Amino acid sequence: MMAASTGSQVISLYRMMLKESKKFPSYNYRTYALRRVRDAFRANRKVEDPKTVERLIQEGQQSLALIQRQVSIGSMFKTQKMVVE
Amino acid sequence: FKNNLAGTVACLSIVHTLLIKLLVKPVDCLLLSHGAELIKKRQLEKDELRPLYMDFQATTPMDPRVLDAMLPYQVNYYGNPHSRTHAYGWESETAMETARKQQVADLIGADPREIIFTSGATESNNMALKGVARFYQTKKRHIITTQTEHKCVLDSCRVLEAEGFSITYLPVQKNGLLDLELLEASVRPETSLVSVMTVNNEIGVKQPIKEIGKICRSKGIFFHTDAAQAVGKIPINVSDWNVDLMSISGHKIYGPKGVGALYVRRRPRVRLEPLQSGGGQERGLRSGTVPTPLVVGLGAACSIAQQEMEYDHHRVSMLANRLVQKIMSEIPEVVMNGDPEQRYPGCINLSFAYVEGESLLMALKDVALSSGSACTSASLEPSYVLRAIGADEDLAHSSIRFGIGRFTTEEEVDYTAEKCIQQVQRLREMSPLWEMVQEGIDLKSIKWTQH
Repeated sequence: MMAASTGSQVISLYRMMLKESKKFPSYNYRTYALRRVRDAFRANRKVEDPKTVERLIQEGQQSLALIQRQVSIGSMFKTQKMVVE
Repeated sequence: FKNNLAGTVACLSIVHTLLIKLLVKPVDCLLLSHGAELIKKRQLEKDELRPLYMDFQATTPMDPRVLDAMLPYQVNYYGNPHSRTHAYGWESETAMETARKQQVADLIGADPREIIFTSGATESNNMALKGVARFYQTKKRHIITTQTEHKCVLDSCRVLEAEGFSITYLPVQKNGLLDLELLEASVRPETSLVSVMTVNNEIGVKQPIKEIGKICRSKGIFFHTDAAQAVGKIPINVSDWNVDLMSISGHKIYGPKGVGALYVRRRPRVRLEPLQSGGGQERGLRSGTVPTPLVVGLGAACSIAQQEMEYDHHRVSMLANRLVQKIMSEIPEVVMNGDPEQRYPGCINLSFAYVEGESLLMALKDVALSSGSACTSASLEPSYVLRAIGADEDLAHSSIRFGIGRFTTEEEVDYTAEKCIQQVQRLREMSPLWEMVQEGIDLKSIKWTQH
C-alpha cells in the first residue's frame, strides 16, 4: 500500500496536471495533453514500489511545470479556432 | 474546345484530365488555363475557423515538449558549440553532444560518432548518394534505387547520371514493395550503393529493409535508406538492419524544421566526399556551425518518440482503422494504395474512382489534406509513386493522402470521414462518368484521346 500522504500527493498532482492541460489554447495540444496525462496515470495506477512512485511524482512535477510554460507561450500566439471545436 | 486547348496543353494525358475536369466541374478549367496550380492560395480571415490538419506526412506540428527543450538555447545559451575557449561554447557543445548520443543515436541503435547533423533529410540524402558515389567513383560507378523514392533521391541520381554514373531505377510491385530477387539480379560488380526508402511518403508502405540490408552486406555494397517517415514511428536498429547510411528528418517527428541527421556507419567504415567545404565540423563531413537549438529540438523529438512509440503507434493504428472503415463502408469503389500489411498505419492513400482528386481536395476545404507529396501537390501530373505501382491513370488522379499523427483526435477523423463521404457522393452525382458506370458502360472501351 502506498502511504496515505503519497496517495494524496499523487491525486493532487493529477488534478493539477489536468487543470493546467485544459488551458492549452490549441485544440490539438489541449486534447493531447489531457489524454496523455490520464493515460499515464492510468498506466501507472498499480505501481507500488516507493522509489518508482517517487520518481514518477518527480517526473509529473516536471511535466506540470512544462505544461504551465507551454500554456503561457501558446496563449501569447493564439490562432483561430478549429472547425471541430 | 480543341483549338483552345492546343495552345496551352501538349501532353495527351493532360487533355484526358482536362476532359474529366470539364465534365465534372466546368469552372475549374478557367483556373487551369493559367498554370498547373489548381487550388488557389488564400489566407484565413481573422474570424474564420481553421481547417483541421490531416497532412502529417508533409510536416508535423512541434511537440510542446520539444519547444520547451529548445527555448533556452534560443534565449540565453547562444554560444557557438564549436567555441573551445569559453563557457558559452561548452554549454552549447554539451547540449549538442547529449542530443547526438542519448537521443538520436539511441533511437536508431547507433554510436554517437556515427551521427552527422544536417539541415534535413533532403541534405542527408544528397550527402549520402553523391558523397558515397563520388568517393568510390574510380572503382565503382553504379547505383541502384527504386522508382518510388523521394524526389531528392531521384534528382541526386539524375545529377550523378550526368556525371557519368549509371543508375538503375528499380520498378516496384503492385503493392509498392521492392522485389528482392529483382534487386539481387540488378547488382553488378561495380555497384557501390543501394538506396531504398524505409517508409514511403505517399503510400506509407514499409520496404523489407532488413532483407535488403542482408543482400547488400553479403555483396559488399553500401546500403542507404531514407527513413524520414519511419524514424520514431517504427522500431529501427541500424545494426539489425545492416544499414550503412540513414537519413533522418526533424520536422517529420514533431521536431523543428531545418534540421536532420545522417547516420554514417563506422564499422565497416563508409566514406563519403563532403558536399560542403569549410570549418570541418561534423568530422569534416558537414562544415558549418551546428545550430544548437535545432539540434536540441531534434534530440528532444527523438527521445520523446522513443518514449511514446508504442503509445503513438497504438493510437495512430486505431484512428487509421476508424477512418478507413468509415469511408469504405459508406462509399463503393474506394481503393487503398500500397500493401495492406507492410505499411505504417498513419499514412493512408485512397483512390476514389470517378472523382477527380483535386476537385475533392477543393471541396474538402475544412480539412488540410494533400493528394501526395508536398513537393508536387496540386499539380496536374499524377503522382509518379502511384504510376510506379501501376495505378490506372484515372485512379492515380483520384487519390488523396490522409496523414494521422500524435495530435489527431477521434473527432477530427470522424469529421474528415463524414465530409469525405459527403463530397465524394456529391461529385459522383455530378459526374457523367459515374452515371455511365451506373448504366453499365465500360469506360475503358471509350477512346478519350482520339483526335
